[in-house]
Amino acid sequence: MNRPLAVGDSNFDEIVLQSKTPVLVDFWALWCRPCLVIAPILDELAEEYSGRVTIVRVDVDQNPKSAARYSIMAIPTLLIFKNGKPITNVVGAKRKQDLKKILDAALD
Amino acid sequence: MNKEYEVIIIGGGPAGLSAGLYTSRARLNSLLVERGMVGGQIVNAERVDNYPGFPEGISGFELGQLMHQQATKYGLKTIIAEATGIELRDEQKVVKTDEGNFTAKAVIIASGSERRKLGIPGEEKFMGKGVSYCATCDAAFFREVPVAVVGGGDAAITEALHLVKFASKVTVIHRRDQLRASRILQEKAFSEPKVQFLWNTIVDEIEGEDLVKRIKLREVKTGEKSALEVAGIFISIGLKPNTDYLKGILPLDPVGHIITNDKMETGIPGIFAAGDIRHDSARQAITAAGDGATATIYAEKFLS
Repeated sequence: MNRPLAVGDSNFDEIVLQSKTPVLVDFWALWCRPCLVIAPILDELAEEYSGRVTIVRVDVDQNPKSAARYSIMAIPTLLIFKNGKPITNVVGAKRKQDLKKILDAALD
Repeated sequence: MNKEYEVIIIGGGPAGLSAGLYTSRARLNSLLVERGMVGGQIVNAERVDNYPGFPEGISGFELGQLMHQQATKYGLKTIIAEATGIELRDEQKVVKTDEGNFTAKAVIIASGSERRKLGIPGEEKFMGKGVSYCATCDAAFFREVPVAVVGGGDAAITEALHLVKFASKVTVIHRRDQLRASRILQEKAFSEPKVQFLWNTIVDEIEGEDLVKRIKLREVKTGEKSALEVAGIFISIGLKPNTDYLKGILPLDPVGHIITNDKMETGIPGIFAAGDIRHDSARQAITAAGDGATATIYAEKFLS
């Protein structure tokens, strides 16, 4: 299984910004119900997009710097990074088919 | 995926999930069509204390998952898809969705309601940048800054009372001169020093650059305009029935709720409605679940 990787303030630059492939970052926290709802969807997407998109999770409680750096003020927020820059911003829980459309658009 | 069923249930909240439990146990081949996440509105409730059987309370998310698990155990099928319409074809009802069409002899509509939006400039633009519809999700991003809550019902006051744990000041903006919220919540809010109230006031616009900076207000009686500096605005102005896809198909009340009789029958034989979406629903998880069971019992009679 290719599971989303937990990323934090200490390794965000290395894993997200310096990645050769696009990265989807899920900003989440344990107390956010919609975050728990999309978690299994992201697990599936990590498997289906394996090798094409890296999917990672940032717990905003443990990693306030990463959350503040991208002005995260609502969770779940999903940011898609390409060449170290955020290109797509998705706020709130979305369906799997909608996330696939967003990912496919970002991969073009 | 199979396209033909005996019963199709639209909506996976407490009404649809209990309907699904009853149809599956009646050995009716049934499909649940859910557009987002099973559980419906209740998944946003941090704790549900008024659903019998859980004396310690239960999170809305968990309650939804358990209901779905129970119905699935007896054979309920689920598809994640958004219903876009219903077409009547002889004895059959065709439920159209963005994932294809499905047919059944009976349909139970339990697509509930969603959060109403203000529909003002800035609301869409600052979504996730200071505009929020979920205080339990987002309150922690507003530490030591002023925020506003729009609304005066139970949900709005619950949000305000959650926000005081983080924000420096919480201003409740309500278009009337008194709250609709229950007495116990009102008492808590009035005795909370961080909570202030602006009565007879509506929000005209949300302003900022990258993030929300201020909101523009208007006193409804005098028309007097003002501005309030806030970093966040939490919108909690009630629910809107999800019946846009049923306009012209079923009789709806002026707000958009479905009109039913006490057997949950709508104007069309074989189409039932259950839960929040009904005209005279009490809008509680427990009454929705009851509606779902009632609808199924009469759907079963209709089919036999």
